[in-house]
Amino acid sequence: MPHLWLLICLGSILLLSVLSIFVGVIDLTPMALLRDPEALQLLVVSRLPRTAAAVLTGCSMAVSGQIMQILVRNKFVEPISAGTGQAAALGILLSVLLFPAAGLAVKMSLAAVTALLGTLGFLALVQRLPPTEPLLVPLVGLVYGGILGAVMVFIAYQADLIQYIDVWMLGEFSGVMRGRYELLWLAGIAAFVSYLIADQFAILGLGRDMSLSLGLNHRQVMAMGLLCVSLVSALTVVTVGMLPFVGLIIPNLISRHLGDNLRVTLPVTALLGGVFVLGCDILARVVRHPYEVPVGTIFGVLGTLAFLWLIYARPRHA
Amino acid sequence: MIRIRNVGHQIAGQSILQGVDLDIPQGGLTALVGPNGAGKSTLLSLVARLQTLQSGQIEINGRDLGQISHGDLAQLLAILPQVLTSTHRISVQDLVGFGRYPYSRGRLGPKDREIIADVLESFELQEIKHRFLDTLSGGQRQRAYTAMAWAQDTEYLLLDEPLNNLDIAASRSLMSRLKTLAAQQGRTIVIVLHDINYAAGYADHIVAMKAGRVETAGPPAEVVSEAFLRAVFDTDARVILEEERPLVVV
Ligand SMILES: Nc1ncnc2c1ncn2[C@@H]1O[C@H](COP(=O)(O)OP(=O)(O)O)[C@@H](O)[C@H]1O
Ligand SMILES: [Mg+2]
Repeated sequence: MPHLWLLICLGSILLLSVLSIFVGVIDLTPMALLRDPEALQLLVVSRLPRTAAAVLTGCSMAVSGQIMQILVRNKFVEPISAGTGQAAALGILLSVLLFPAAGLAVKMSLAAVTALLGTLGFLALVQRLPPTEPLLVPLVGLVYGGILGAVMVFIAYQADLIQYIDVWMLGEFSGVMRGRYELLWLAGIAAFVSYLIADQFAILGLGRDMSLSLGLNHRQVMAMGLLCVSLVSALTVVTVGMLPFVGLIIPNLISRHLGDNLRVTLPVTALLGGVFVLGCDILARVVRHPYEVPVGTIFGVLGTLAFLWLIYARPRHA
Repeated sequence: MIRIRNVGHQIAGQSILQGVDLDIPQGGLTALVGPNGAGKSTLLSLVARLQTLQSGQIEINGRDLGQISHGDLAQLLAILPQVLTSTHRISVQDLVGFGRYPYSRGRLGPKDREIIADVLESFELQEIKHRFLDTLSGGQRQRAYTAMAWAQDTEYLLLDEPLNNLDIAASRSLMSRLKTLAAQQGRTIVIVLHDINYAAGYADHIVAMKAGRVETAGPPAEVVSEAFLRAVFDTDARVILEEERPLVVV
């Protein structure tokens, strides 16, 4: 069963990638690629990077969502809406203010640090909630994320940088070009490293006491998880902006159908995340062709529907 | 042997355990009984090092608990906590496989697979091994978790109220399974029980706690009496003898 999913996802990614390469404002046909050097240029500079960016973002955000849910032991959270994403954006804003001349690496590092702090803050808050009220966790996450976001808007307003922050708040791929998206490969690597210790994350999901009893280095695995979530969030927010919902919907969908043994499910989660984001990005390019709709808007619509489904549909009792 | 000496524990200035001295003998079933809030779970969690020892000393097989590495401890002692609140969707077979983590570190070898198959068999989980935990009844789930702890193949196994949620048939079958397996494999099981009759019926040893102290310890026939029930549980119940075993008439 997981193998079938894996194959289908892999096939879909290939298919959608081909589609993604040939869909856009400027017409690009397979024939033109052979004859026209400018068409080839368009492919290498814009279409391929954009396709890779969407897949990498989807994969790594789905994985980081899954890991966040294990860290918090709650299935209704994901980093981008529960403070990690806002904290990362706040970090970028601070770096623009404090080190205006600095490059992407500095922005990215500061964003990773603030994302880490933001996630730690969320974990600390959530630990004080009663375990009998699981829906409080995502609510607190939304409020917490909202507050961090408001702080950011306030600072941006004071510094006259409001038009800047829109770029990070509403994620989209239209600005992706060669030379401007490569950091996302790091996010992909972070997701892959998490897969290498998937067993340890699965055991972490059994709770602190059980993982200690099994001899898991609980603190170390928690730290690895935090690092992965913060890095992926910082990297995606810096390069494409905030894309909510992916980290929520995809892991839940996989959990319902394939369970939570991460060694088996994490690759499927990653690939399905890639399929979803790439599919949405293609949709964003065609709904109002020749104009583009921000992919975040498509997510908003699909994500809300999916969230309702999550809350109301009971898991299958296979 | 587990040697507990003068162990005290405080949470937020409140004394939970005071001067606990206890030897848990090697081999067989030791039942830990006592009213709610007596400190049984706290004591177990200290022995399993889920909480840090604040005062006193705990030794396992002559080694100071604080000196044993994480990896070694997980191969020596397993604990099944009282509250099992996982929302994780894991199949029974995968869960039992996690019990091998101290040895396999995630890569199950042929010996691990053999043990997993054995444990699934002896805990009668073969038929539901592909089911997810959240689709099981409370009793089945409890049995699956117990099987996982068993698969950890440790000399010492601490079980905190494993009969929660179990009906009489499931309780009896789990107790006799544990007793037989412990005898066969020479393991030491410490089990927190609420029903004195299960303790008297299956345990080799009973330890009674009250208000953070050990009241009495010894073989069931010596420990369980009407005076004992009055002293530990503040209740007047009759105790009769049935085939040399004390039986509480409830
Ligand atoms: N985390 C905690 N915070 C505050 N009090 C606690 C905590 N854990 C246990 N206690 C208190 O310690 C006492 C002993 O608890 P416990 O060891 O769970 O008892 P038992 O398992 O015998 O029912 C109880 O009075 C309980 O309220
Ligand atoms: Mg208890």
